[in-house]
Amino acid sequence: MQSTHSSNANEDRRTVVSWLLGGGVAASLASFFYPVARFLNPPQVAEASVNEVVAGKVQDLKPNSGKIIKFGNKPALLVRVNDTDWKAFSAVCTHLNCTVQYQEARREIWCACHNGTYDLDGRVTSGPPPKPLEELAVKIRGDEVVISHRV
Amino acid sequence: MSITEIKSKTLDWLDERTGWRMATDLLDHKVVPQHAGTAWYYFGGITLFLIGVQLFTGVLLLLYYRPTVAEAFDSVRFIMTRVEFGWLIRSIHSWSANLLILSAFIHMFSVAFTRSYQRPRELTWLSGIVLLGLMLGFGFSGYLLPWNMISYFATKVGTDVAGTMPVAGPTLARFLRGGEDVGAATLTRFFDFHVMILPLLTFALIGVHLLLVQKNGMHTPSGIPPSKLAHMKFFPNFFLRELMVWYGVLAVLGTLAAMFPWELGEKADPFASAPAGIRPEWYFLAQFYTLKLIPSHVWIFEGELLGLLGFGALAAVWVLLPFWGTRANGEPRTRLTAGVGIFLICYLITFTYLGYVK
Amino acid sequence: MRAPVILLFFAAGAFAAGPDSCMTCHTAMDDAATGPSALIKNDVHIAHGLSCADCHGGDRTNDDPDASMSKAKGFKGKPARSAIPKFCASCHSNPDYMRRYAPRERVDQFELYQTSVHGKRLAAGDANVATCIDCHSVHDIRAVKDSMSPVHPLHVAETCSRCHSDKQKMAAYKIPTNQFEEYRTSVHWQALSKRGDLSAPSCASCHGNHGAKPPEVESVSAVCGTCHVLFEQLYTKSVHKAVFSGEGGGGGCIVCHSNHAIHQPSTAMLTGPNAVCSGCHEAGSKPAEAATQMAGWIDGLDGALQQSEAVLTKAEKYGMEVSEAQVRLIDGREDLVKSRLNLHSMQTEDVRKPVEAGMAVAKETGKAGEDALREKDFRRLGLAVSVVLIGIAILAIRGLIRRIESNGDGGAAAAHE
Repeated sequence: MQSTHSSNANEDRRTVVSWLLGGGVAASLASFFYPVARFLNPPQVAEASVNEVVAGKVQDLKPNSGKIIKFGNKPALLVRVNDTDWKAFSAVCTHLNCTVQYQEARREIWCACHNGTYDLDGRVTSGPPPKPLEELAVKIRGDEVVISHRV
Repeated sequence: MSITEIKSKTLDWLDERTGWRMATDLLDHKVVPQHAGTAWYYFGGITLFLIGVQLFTGVLLLLYYRPTVAEAFDSVRFIMTRVEFGWLIRSIHSWSANLLILSAFIHMFSVAFTRSYQRPRELTWLSGIVLLGLMLGFGFSGYLLPWNMISYFATKVGTDVAGTMPVAGPTLARFLRGGEDVGAATLTRFFDFHVMILPLLTFALIGVHLLLVQKNGMHTPSGIPPSKLAHMKFFPNFFLRELMVWYGVLAVLGTLAAMFPWELGEKADPFASAPAGIRPEWYFLAQFYTLKLIPSHVWIFEGELLGLLGFGALAAVWVLLPFWGTRANGEPRTRLTAGVGIFLICYLITFTYLGYVK
Repeated sequence: MRAPVILLFFAAGAFAAGPDSCMTCHTAMDDAATGPSALIKNDVHIAHGLSCADCHGGDRTNDDPDASMSKAKGFKGKPARSAIPKFCASCHSNPDYMRRYAPRERVDQFELYQTSVHGKRLAAGDANVATCIDCHSVHDIRAVKDSMSPVHPLHVAETCSRCHSDKQKMAAYKIPTNQFEEYRTSVHWQALSKRGDLSAPSCASCHGNHGAKPPEVESVSAVCGTCHVLFEQLYTKSVHKAVFSGEGGGGGCIVCHSNHAIHQPSTAMLTGPNAVCSGCHEAGSKPAEAATQMAGWIDGLDGALQQSEAVLTKAEKYGMEVSEAQVRLIDGREDLVKSRLNLHSMQTEDVRKPVEAGMAVAKETGKAGEDALREKDFRRLGLAVSVVLIGIAILAIRGLIRRIESNGDGGAAAAHE
């Protein structure tokens, strides 16, 4: 009588343990496939492409004016020289990395930190900057202005 | 009909058409010798498992990776920062690559020291060596794909070294790079190697390797009296043990990925100077450091050329182990083969270590 | 027999326009290291094909000393110190002559020199002042851009200090002699010497080189403003401009920033025991309070940015990807720079605006860092959970193995499963 009872208990215990262990295996498998399932779901945020950036609409920038936009993780300067000509440069001054700006009155690019100036080809015209500004390519697509690295 | 009846009827239907029971019968008869060195048998399976992990995580990464110079780095950064669990998949892929090569080396050396390459298993050995080469090729090609400073310059150095090979060197370097310098063409090429060419070759060779293993069975090291020789069924006994080991490997991979995520680095800039202390990954470090040690000219020969010829000679010796490692009468050249094996391990470990600290 | 002939060939070839009798004799006479004929090898004039006679006059083709150094041939000999500037100007102020060698070279150095303190004193008979050769050297005159020239940007201050740090020399003029020592402690010298920024100012940049004269009180801010444009603009509109001008005004920027010992400014100049403001403003006065307030804002922003950076660096060390936030932090730093700039208008509102913008950036980036650290904790928790689950799975398999192998042996016996 005693042995049957204990062997029943043993079997019950074994079943419980089996279920627990089986559950553990299932859970471990779930813990692998849950991340995979989430991975397959494309993120909401669009990629910040450094290949090219839409800087705005053509009509948003007046002739002889400039605008700073984010290009990748650095600032870029977009200049509308006149109705048809556009220029873009890396806005990081080559002297001590301040952000440059466009000076409409003098039609040149200026750095406020130490009075460095560049012309509309990015070349240094006065002041301390040692190197010209890196020029970027500007394309007009329909009514959008697109800036990209020069190839 | 009961469920059991439905099940057996379905299986019979399938067997009549596909013959799947042939495979299970084979598996049923497969046994694994039990002795002091049984643990080494696991390493082939671990290597296979890790290849599976690489395949799986690699396919997942392919959903987001972009193989162009302009976008490669940013797509990897996107995976690491924006894709849910992207950091996990990528870090597992990078860590598993290293563990895979380590496991392959351990597998190879354990086979060498138990002399499992002897007749009739010479072809298994040869296919295994080629597989090791393919794994190193995976490592080299995959390393460039994130297109960061370290990978760009490591590839530059690596293809430079390949170019110093006699006769075929410059052609080989040009083929690898897709041009004169490491650039966009190289990235495209390495992507093709990594994702198509090497996997196809690997599948073919693994197929050959595994078929040969099934055909020839597991080797029992000599010196164990037959009476003491026990065997374990492969399925389910050894296989369940293998599952435990694989789970353990998974735990290690997860820990490495979560505690030591693989770094992003800086986007490659070909015009910047190479970062100081640039060196290849650890599995190429021994050869790299050896080449650094050799003076640029030894007598009338160029140092690097001598180094490469030396590696080639060593590799040839090692690859042909089954053939010179056994005498004509079938007796193994025990001391010689063990000596060569120990020398190789010591050389690899010492020079890898030196490559790190210097 | 061949050697002397070959030597003669070389000797002949050495003189572009035929043998130079000046060099022939003086090479034999002079000290081999310091004599003019030795020094002249490095001279920019010689490099352009000129020779001794082009400055000193005389006839270089004649071997006879009396003939070659005769007054009839225009020999000027060694000029007196007071005549040196005019001596050099005989070519350097002649545009037609200079155009032959360096058309873009200025030709007004002598004119400027005559307006300088050095020039005026020389004209008044004081031969102790600097003339051309004291700065440019003589016989081994190098181009300004030659890094070994005493007037190369890196060496200008040293050259000026040869006299201006000499107490005995300067005693007669009652000029202090600590300028060079002070300049060496300045940020401008750091930029020149450590960063190699050749655009950084040294003596001549503010005082002029040929027309050297300390700027007048009124022009100090204009001089500083040639580089520090916005600071000068704000200062000019501020109340300080009128106060620091005029006799006893102190001289513009140098009142707070010093003239030679220009150090890295900090909020310690605004408030605290070493504040420059307290030189004029009593403690507790409105301006003093304003200064303390602005200093507090600026320090607050600086501290907040540093804290955000620390959190981001910590997250980065744990392997988290925080590069975007780190880039955003740069915007915050620009706001900090702007707030320090706007200080010069002496209006608290001008400082408050960029500080506010910067604090927003600091908050944003700090939060990004905290989020990253939380994500790191989440990952480690996830890892712990999966490792535990894997452990359970391994135990389960082990149990299964035990069960299978206790039923019969796990060996060759066929399993009935």
